[in-house]
Amino acid sequence: MTTALLEDMTREQFWSGSVIDCDVHAVVPSLDTLFPYQDKVWVDAARERGFRGPAGLALTYPPALATTARPEWRPADGTVPASDLSQLRRDILDPWRVDRAILNCYYAIDSLRHPDWAIVMARSVNDWIIDQWLNKDDRLVASLVIPARDPAAAAAEIDRIGGHPGFVQVLLPVRSERLYGQRVFWPLFEAIERNGLVAGLHWGGLAEHGPTPTGYASWYVEEYAEESQVFGAQLTSMIVEGLFQKFPELRVSILEGGFTWLPTWAWNLNKKWKGLRREFPWVDRLPSEIIRDHFRFSIAPADMGPPDQMKRLLGWLGTEDLLMYASDYPHLHTDDLSVLLGLMSDTMQTNVMAETARRWYRL
Amino acid sequence: MAEPTEQRVSKPQRFIVGRPSSIPEGGHVLVTAGGHEIGVYRFGGRFYGLLNRCPHLAGPLCKGQVVTEVFSPMPGDVRGNPDRAFVTCPWHNWEFDIKTGQSYWNPKLRVRPFPVGVEGAEALTAAVERGDTERVPGPYTAETVPIEIEDEYLVVSLRAVPAIRLEPAP
Repeated sequence: MTTALLEDMTREQFWSGSVIDCDVHAVVPSLDTLFPYQDKVWVDAARERGFRGPAGLALTYPPALATTARPEWRPADGTVPASDLSQLRRDILDPWRVDRAILNCYYAIDSLRHPDWAIVMARSVNDWIIDQWLNKDDRLVASLVIPARDPAAAAAEIDRIGGHPGFVQVLLPVRSERLYGQRVFWPLFEAIERNGLVAGLHWGGLAEHGPTPTGYASWYVEEYAEESQVFGAQLTSMIVEGLFQKFPELRVSILEGGFTWLPTWAWNLNKKWKGLRREFPWVDRLPSEIIRDHFRFSIAPADMGPPDQMKRLLGWLGTEDLLMYASDYPHLHTDDLSVLLGLMSDTMQTNVMAETARRWYRL
Repeated sequence: MAEPTEQRVSKPQRFIVGRPSSIPEGGHVLVTAGGHEIGVYRFGGRFYGLLNRCPHLAGPLCKGQVVTEVFSPMPGDVRGNPDRAFVTCPWHNWEFDIKTGQSYWNPKLRVRPFPVGVEGAEALTAAVERGDTERVPGPYTAETVPIEIEDEYLVVSLRAVPAIRLEPAP
């Protein structure tokens, strides 16, 4: 069955407890939508140039692909999928009877090199999220977006709007100009910690950089499959650079990044730390312990293997408090989550479906 | 992973392994005493003995570098402690405290340490005559022959040490 559609199964049959969906999307349908939230000089600038919005969006989420919006969630009238609250209510919030859903809007602002326009875009997306989503449905909380190329400007935007009670997270595109652990990003993470927010590493980012760790792939499928390596590289950078010694309260969510790669990645990091820790002596404990304290992972995609092997893999995580349910609406994932839940203890099921996210995001 | 055969005798087995002057500060020698290969280290003017067998995968620990402690309370603030030294295994670079044999990252894991003493020739002569102390074969035998002269010698003691629980390597 396709879990997210609740095919052949009621919500009660799938899961009778609480649900917190930690990754649903709001899609900006067009730049015009944001004009009411922008100073007129920027609205005019867009019209003068015929500028239609950040170019990276269509590269990160090719508009017609099912991985961008599954057919069942494409409005018949041609409206952009996931672009208004009524769609989200009909497809996710109501049928899933969520306690809370965390709204993430990836608008590829990082694909803009214009430093002022990037700030204008981030501000207007955040104000649109408040006005059109957060103010209209109490079940929603959201990530705010930032001009990710400019840590100082990003920190300023976090301080401007991060105190809004609806924002629980800052969305960081996983592909960045530099690895996020590097010290140039300290002002950004300082602002995230100062505002009590989570750093949400999310699929996407910098379309002009190679989408794999070593350049451009020929096919979209490669990019889609290889992004977990970029998540791994960011997780490694954050740990090795000592981000969690510098910001001990920092929480990082891995969203749309999978989790099946984590156990072997952590084994490798632990091994390297034991032998090479003198190079980064601020890391004074096993990387796997830092991961358990400072990272959580959404389960969309789940990248399921055979159930008996998945069960073993869940044990390798070494904790029942790491994974968080996500529909990743409106993107298509075909994992049968009822099988995945069936491999978990009762405690872990409750954690995955709601309680880990409730604690992590302080909902 | 079998331990080397070990003779647990009631009184300590003692071996004359060389002269202090034969090991410069920061240096070490590898000796065989009672069937054990033991690295004898000079650090901070004192002498320490460690079994030449890493508790991780039995690598030749004493072939590795000796390094001093590096620590850091925060990225960008790297500090050194020249008074604490580690022997690093050449296989996986794990660090073991030269004084205690304890692993840096897992204090439950320990290389077997052996006491190394500096003793005067006069006392040693009597001990050798009683059969309490042996000379180790190898380059130091020659040095230990004129034991009557006024000089000092390094003595490794293979006394029974408190039981060490070796954790399986993770």
